[in-house]
Amino acid sequence: MRVGLFVTCLVDLMRPSIGFAAIKLLEAAGCEMVVPETQTCCGQPGFNSGDRKTAQDLALKFLDEFEGCDYVVAPSGSCAGMIRVHYQDLFKDQTNVLARLTNLTNRTYELTDFLVNVLKLQTVPGRFTGSVTYHDACAGLRELGIKQQPRELLGKVSGLSLCEMNESAKCCGFGGTFSIKLGEISTRMAENKCMNIDASGADAVVAGDLGCLLNIEGRLRRRGDKQTRVFHIAEVLAGLND
Amino acid sequence: MQIASMHFKANASVKLKDSTLQKAMLKAKGKFVDGRAAAIQELGNFEEIREAGKSIRNRVLENLDVWLLRFEQEATARGAIVHWAQTGEEVNRIVLDIARQHDVKKVIKSKSMVSEECALNPALESAGIQVVETDLGEYILQLAHEPPSHIIAPAVHKTREEVADLFVAAHHTERKTDAAALAHEAREVLRPHFLDADMGISGANFLIAETGSTVVVSNEGNGRMVTTLPRVHVAITGVEKVVPTLEDFSTLLRLLTRSATGQPISNYVSLTTGTRSVDDPEGPEYFHIILVDSGRTKLLGTELQPALRCIRCGACMNHCPVYQNVGGHAYGWVYPGPIGSVLTPAYVGIENALDLPQAATLCNECGVVCPVKIPLPDLMRVLREKQFEGGMRPWAERLSMKAWRWAALHPRIYALLTQTGAKFLKILGGREKMLHKLPGLDGWTDGRDMPAPAGETFRAAYVRHKRKAG
Repeated sequence: MRVGLFVTCLVDLMRPSIGFAAIKLLEAAGCEMVVPETQTCCGQPGFNSGDRKTAQDLALKFLDEFEGCDYVVAPSGSCAGMIRVHYQDLFKDQTNVLARLTNLTNRTYELTDFLVNVLKLQTVPGRFTGSVTYHDACAGLRELGIKQQPRELLGKVSGLSLCEMNESAKCCGFGGTFSIKLGEISTRMAENKCMNIDASGADAVVAGDLGCLLNIEGRLRRRGDKQTRVFHIAEVLAGLND
Repeated sequence: MQIASMHFKANASVKLKDSTLQKAMLKAKGKFVDGRAAAIQELGNFEEIREAGKSIRNRVLENLDVWLLRFEQEATARGAIVHWAQTGEEVNRIVLDIARQHDVKKVIKSKSMVSEECALNPALESAGIQVVETDLGEYILQLAHEPPSHIIAPAVHKTREEVADLFVAAHHTERKTDAAALAHEAREVLRPHFLDADMGISGANFLIAETGSTVVVSNEGNGRMVTTLPRVHVAITGVEKVVPTLEDFSTLLRLLTRSATGQPISNYVSLTTGTRSVDDPEGPEYFHIILVDSGRTKLLGTELQPALRCIRCGACMNHCPVYQNVGGHAYGWVYPGPIGSVLTPAYVGIENALDLPQAATLCNECGVVCPVKIPLPDLMRVLREKQFEGGMRPWAERLSMKAWRWAALHPRIYALLTQTGAKFLKILGGREKMLHKLPGLDGWTDGRDMPAPAGETFRAAYVRHKRKAG
């Protein structure tokens, strides 16, 4: 099975270990990985800023780069949601593109969804000493229904105990460019998230989207919390959480 | 109502630091969110009813003119007088004309958000007519000289302590903070007004086409008294509120109260049909219904049409993490929260509410809870597109979007830029691996650190690994 890895622009720039963790998990499950070197971004920043044209151009670029794959997997519910749900909106009037695109986007998955529902993964290599709390990122949860998949997988990590925080499904305040345009509100939302993480007593917070994680970690450190560790779920599952 | 939506960002900043408001908002959040969740759980088939509600509202909007004319015909046949108003000013003129006709000195009002759109109270007061708000929340705000901050709980931003102080100042009574005692005191003060008012002004949650009825859904008895005690009743509402049948109304009612307050049904559901008559001796002698456009029909046939499905339950704002933190006043006009971020720019002009379509993380909690499935994040994106296309965003943002677009479509240059950026930022992050300040990104770094990048992009590292392996 040829699986294309859509790395995502944030993982590419900020935290490559997430991409390598995803590859490790997928290869261990027997996938042949394809990583198009020309990939950049799914177009979501443009789409959410009202720049439809750029979002369309990047959707077509994605189509060209990944069309030959059996599946495409992204370590992000936000990017996978953009591709699976919103790409169709972008081309609703262009039936020829839409057919090609839908054919590919229907085979595009968020990582944990793919591991659980397509690969039916039974074991994971990760080990973790301590407790983690899981933050449900908005797009994954409300666009793709990612809720049980990450919890099921975390349950397979030896030594890991999951303790739920209050309001785990409440937005952390990231929202892409929102975090800069309306930084004060965004910060308050991140602060609320940090209070819930703190109250959960967990040693680490885990999520499936790097955007949320940068926001959460940034706020945790600013409020003086140097203890709580922050991981992408791929890192924990693959055992790359050193 | 005066439009202050241009100042959302600055207003929100003030509200974030207002500890009294924060206390009130926290309390309201628990009440509304948990209440709705429990009511929906109990119902079992909420999703089915939601789908039915959406299709009723869509059916209305597809033939809005037909249902409105049917409504007018039925209401008129039962003795009501139907007026059509294009703008808020026109509403005020019609109400003043009616008031003059009947020599009205005092008006009692039950809650009407449309009358807030029109700034009706100041218009009546400047014509020498006394206006008394009788919804408890609206009454509190009238004493405080403030506009409502929420569409169903107008004084939700006020704490009991604040209400206690307002009552002492207005009523010269002993200070009390118990909710029931405060409500009792308001009731005592309001009763004489109910009895000697010449005109009652209400809103309408729905208009029922087949019977010509206006509907007020309320938890206080005031709505019923406003619509029945005075000689003249004026109901003011938006043209989109019409529904074809009583059956349709009952479906929407099941959604409305559960979504709004978590109640299976509100304490009062009042259908007002026609004037008093020989067979029906209760109620007003004169019943005027003002159907208001004020920007609504402009949305028909556009991508924003789904916003007109709104039944004003408030669930979108109650669940919105932005609203929960800044409260309704920050939005600067009548409708706060996600629906306000769509309706305000649509009704008062996008140029008067530039921040509002941006005032969301697009987390879609609003879309998920909306009882008539309005895709609020999608509608905010439609408005963002209008802003983008109209050059209505700051130049720095437009420039950076352009640069980003160009780079993202040129992978080799993108790789070079990101690789250089990652290296540079890693060095800046130092041993702590944290960036405390980033020029141009103050919005982020004023309240948060930015974890520094690993120093090599994934794609560069991947190529390196592959070469080593191969």
